[in-house]
Amino acid sequence: MSTPQSTIDQFVQSDYKYGFVSDIETEALPPGLDEEVIRTISAKKGEPEFLLQWRLRSYRHWLTMTEPSWPKATYPPIDYQKIIYYAAPKPKARLESLDEVDPELRRTFDKLGISLDEQKRLTGVAVDAVMDSVSVATTFRKELAKHGIVFCSFSDAVREHPDLVEKYLGTVVPYTDNFFAALNSAVFSDGSFCYVPKGVLCPMELSTYFRINTANTGQFERTLLVADEGSYVSYLEGCTAPMRDENQLHAAVVELIALGSAEIKYSTVQNWYPGDKDGKGGIYNFVTKRGLCRGRGSKISWTQVETGSAITWKYPGCVLLGDDSVGEFYSVALTNHRQQADTGTKMIHVGKNTRSTIVSKGISAGRGQNSYRGLVQMRPTATGARNFSQCDSLLIGDQCGAHTFPYIEVKNPTAQIEHEASTSKIGEDQIFYCNQRGLSKQDAVNLIVNGFCKEVFRELPMEFAVEAQKLLGVSLEGSVG
Amino acid sequence: MDANDSPPARLGRFVEAFGSVTEAAASAREPHWMLAIRKAGLARFADQGLPTLRHEDWRFTNLAPIEALPFRPLPRPEPRAVTVADLDRLPLAGMSGLRLVFVDGHFEPELSRIEALGEQIQVCSLSQTLRTDGAWLEQQLASWHEGQDRAFRALNDAYCTDGMVLRVPAGVAVAEPIHAVFLSSGSEAGLASHPRNVLVAEANSQVTVVEQYASLGGAATFTNTLTQLVAGEGAQVEHVRFQDEGPEAFHMGALRAVAAGSAQLAAHSFALGARLSRQNIGLTLAGPGLEAILNGLYVTTEKRLADHHMVVDHAQPHCASHEYFNGILSGQSRGVFHGRILVRPGAQKTDAKQTNKNLLLSSSASVNTKPQLEIYADDVKCTHGATIGQLNPESVFYLRARGLPIETARRMLIHAFAGEIIDRVRCGPIRQALDRLVWDRLERDAQVRLDASRPHD
Amino acid sequence: MRRAGEALAITMEDRLKMEPILDIRNLEAGVDDRAILKGINLTILPGEVHAIMGPNGSGKSTLASLLAGREGYQVTQGSVTYLGQDLLALNPEERARAGVFLAFQYPVEIPGVNSTYFLKAALNEVRKHRGLPEVDAIEFLSLVKDRIRLLELNEDLLKRAVNVGFSGGEKKRNEIFQMAVLEPTLAVLDETDSGLDIDALRVVANGVNRLRRPDRSALVITHYQRLLNHIVPDRVHVLMNGRIVRSGGKELALELEERGYDWIMPTEPVAA
Ligand SMILES: Nc1ncnc2c1ncn2[C@@H]1O[C@H](COP(=O)(O)OP(=O)(O)O)[C@@H](O)[C@H]1O
Ligand SMILES: [Mg+2]
Repeated sequence: MSTPQSTIDQFVQSDYKYGFVSDIETEALPPGLDEEVIRTISAKKGEPEFLLQWRLRSYRHWLTMTEPSWPKATYPPIDYQKIIYYAAPKPKARLESLDEVDPELRRTFDKLGISLDEQKRLTGVAVDAVMDSVSVATTFRKELAKHGIVFCSFSDAVREHPDLVEKYLGTVVPYTDNFFAALNSAVFSDGSFCYVPKGVLCPMELSTYFRINTANTGQFERTLLVADEGSYVSYLEGCTAPMRDENQLHAAVVELIALGSAEIKYSTVQNWYPGDKDGKGGIYNFVTKRGLCRGRGSKISWTQVETGSAITWKYPGCVLLGDDSVGEFYSVALTNHRQQADTGTKMIHVGKNTRSTIVSKGISAGRGQNSYRGLVQMRPTATGARNFSQCDSLLIGDQCGAHTFPYIEVKNPTAQIEHEASTSKIGEDQIFYCNQRGLSKQDAVNLIVNGFCKEVFRELPMEFAVEAQKLLGVSLEGSVG
Repeated sequence: MDANDSPPARLGRFVEAFGSVTEAAASAREPHWMLAIRKAGLARFADQGLPTLRHEDWRFTNLAPIEALPFRPLPRPEPRAVTVADLDRLPLAGMSGLRLVFVDGHFEPELSRIEALGEQIQVCSLSQTLRTDGAWLEQQLASWHEGQDRAFRALNDAYCTDGMVLRVPAGVAVAEPIHAVFLSSGSEAGLASHPRNVLVAEANSQVTVVEQYASLGGAATFTNTLTQLVAGEGAQVEHVRFQDEGPEAFHMGALRAVAAGSAQLAAHSFALGARLSRQNIGLTLAGPGLEAILNGLYVTTEKRLADHHMVVDHAQPHCASHEYFNGILSGQSRGVFHGRILVRPGAQKTDAKQTNKNLLLSSSASVNTKPQLEIYADDVKCTHGATIGQLNPESVFYLRARGLPIETARRMLIHAFAGEIIDRVRCGPIRQALDRLVWDRLERDAQVRLDASRPHD
Repeated sequence: MRRAGEALAITMEDRLKMEPILDIRNLEAGVDDRAILKGINLTILPGEVHAIMGPNGSGKSTLASLLAGREGYQVTQGSVTYLGQDLLALNPEERARAGVFLAFQYPVEIPGVNSTYFLKAALNEVRKHRGLPEVDAIEFLSLVKDRIRLLELNEDLLKRAVNVGFSGGEKKRNEIFQMAVLEPTLAVLDETDSGLDIDALRVVANGVNRLRRPDRSALVITHYQRLLNHIVPDRVHVLMNGRIVRSGGKELALELEERGYDWIMPTEPVAA
């Protein structure tokens, strides 16, 4: 293991800024998966019986499933027995306050720009920090509790609010949903939990920061977010991992539930290690995210900026059950070098006058392959429903690929669907124009790419938008000669 | 090993009928290579069977009804009482020029009209070409590109009886459209015909071809037709497939076209008939600077299904392909559209456009559409769009505000929607005939809808 | 003061004795639960041209839409009487045939429907309603050519689909051209002047003025006074926030042009 400092130096030559490894004492299970491993994970966390049984049902179901082959991604077969399913920074003792967080951990997050020190944080953002498989710290819990908001690690939620967990877990993404969701349901170790009570407008942004540290571990976190009637919450998620030569699996599940008139805004900046220029290493990011607009007039909005991971496979979707409910999906996905992204959304319209908007911006550079895959379904009950989708691709260089696979299924004649897609490249004349005004080629590309993504960045909270722009710039380095 | 050699029982009848084919081929003294193609086709078919809903390319089109049908290919023509008068009642009957007529897969010289078109132009039946120009035909059949229609191609290889063969030599322009009529006598459920058409337009030639599929009787017949089309350098080809089979018929159609540099190709598909129809259209743009249009209209009623499955393969730079498909769906019918544009590495300056628009006229009609782009070159202009909805209420209001009755306003807009597609047919007589026919059909369907919505007294 | 209307030698007294062409009484209407028109009173007598002016969003187009019968608006109060009959009870095409013409603020593009075909079908519907025989192709063509010249439009417009590929100005002129062919009793012009340059404005106004007759009326909705230099109104009304807040002669338009809308404070509704 190299020291953090030398790895940081290493970054100066590379494109990935977060590739260091922290030296933290870790407790891990040996690689491999069977019912015993699941029982051990559950026991370690002191879980109630219902959760253990649910994990076991998930595991047994997973055994009957096969890995999906339809995404437009190629990778060598994953040996699920070689993965470590549980790794956690060794706790010194049960934490009484944030001051007791292991200083090395604290330094790690500082380096990532995520301060766990509440005083130093920008006010208005509460953070749940997840290292490898477990949550290590959650800030502003007390402050939020004053409003009746529960924001804590999933493990704490299981201990402190088992009723809420049992009521909502798996109601949006059942363990039968797909191969990776089943695996996650069996082995998930931690994640974030949030409940916003009736009528409460959450006074600050909530965020989870995910970090993979240990080698050969899979990260299987689970997020559950419930917005009760008339409430509002904005949630941010960020992630990074060290640079390693082998691939690591990240198979998360996120479930959102919005009751009547509630609104959830969920933003992701995904920057897992993408692998090197030749496609060596990097994270396999196989994630299931879904929101359920259960109540009338509820709204769920997904915004994602996907720049990392060797392979991304995720389709944050909305089931629009309540009448007049609204689903939105805004996405920027960038693939450079040998990265592959197969991402998009599912909008399932069930209720009357439900509306959905999809804006997807795919950027391919190097030998990157970028696919948009989206399903818009109008069920027979979705009278007066509307969807508008726009999928634009930008190609940089002639070695990359941009693909669009929309699936549109309509079973109600009053529903209206419009789908548009276009593909363009950065024109020589555009770059020349910028050069002539004194901008470098790379600056010109960044400028044009940022313009291309504007509609999505607009949806991000301010700080994140700035971060996302910088990230795109870094990820695109070396994409033009 | 041995047990696996025999196909699953449900495919049995597709295989059993083969004995009669080999017999007929022997008595017609078919060349041995043709028999080899047939046998290989049968083996491939037995291997895979019909696609199921689990195949991504067939997710929305259930072929179980075809599997449930008896399978009755006719290796030899049967004497039947199809007359010129029967033909005259069909749409497009008034067209002048050459006409080749096939009944249940067999060429009917008496019903056909073949005058010499000048010595160089070859228009005749496949069965005749087998006898007179075997070597050329063998070469053509071998050049087939495999597509998403594998099972049906295999079946066609095994059972094809006849079809149209056309060869237009370099630089020759054929003035009048060449018209092939594929009639299904429709007398018996499961009656199966497998037309195989080979169309070759050599460099800088010009030709228009219409394939018309129609039924005389109402039985649940099965047509599995395959056309391979080669457009040479600079050739101008217009191809119309007009599928208007009976309300119980099953129709599988494939068009596999390969166009060379600077060619101009327009392929139209009009799917108005059949209980279940599928058009597999594969187009390879194999030379630079060519322009292709794929254009289609499907009109479905009751419980019918019309499926169009397209793959446009841009293999060369500077090509333009435009796809326009409109669907008008009423009753409990379904429309399926799958359009894939593939732009290969190096196919720079590609201009590819695809639109699929659907009009749902009833509460239980439905549409599944998948317009797809797969792009591996950066200097390209590719767009696709799909819309599904009812008539635009703004347009209906505008027409009513000028005094038109609501039913007229609606029909005018529906007709205009169909007209967008029909107007792209360049050949005047065909365009006019189709326009009349589609208008009549829409009127008839509207009448049916009106009657159905009227309270019974 | 002399103007076109007076040449027809009908005095104000004569007019007042006539049955109004349009009589709107205390009309309240809106969309869903939202009130847009909050009690409109307006009477237009034969031969009169009324102008409605008002800031954006005041409800001008809503009023025009209600007169033409666009769906989606609910009338909660009041009545609209057109030539003695209840206009609100008629569907859009019945209104059109009875002589109510709306020049749309945003004319609708109708791909695939040929302009000539469309206009002929519309004219024959109107004629049928008036008990006149259908026009034959030659008559129709000469009528259309005459009117298209009046609007200084290019004849090949007739070969194109309705409003498809027309410039903004062409669309507006096309509306007036259709009006000139259909010869309505009540023409409602919704911001036909916006987006027109001065020459086009003159052409459009000329088209409207040519139609003026003692038995026809017009309701001209506009944002600017300049159209009213060419189509001189008998009355000018100011619509604000769903109410007519002031009415006057054509001078009112000039005053509005100079001082903007702010000086009129929405007070009690004023009867027209
Ligand atoms: N169909 C509609 N649905 C909802 N609101 C409408 C509708 N039509 C008009 N409105 C609203 O009513 C008000 C008046 O609009 P409009 O009549 O178009 O004004 P104007 O033509 O004077 O600019 C505006 O606030 C507009 O947003
Ligand atoms: Mg307006």
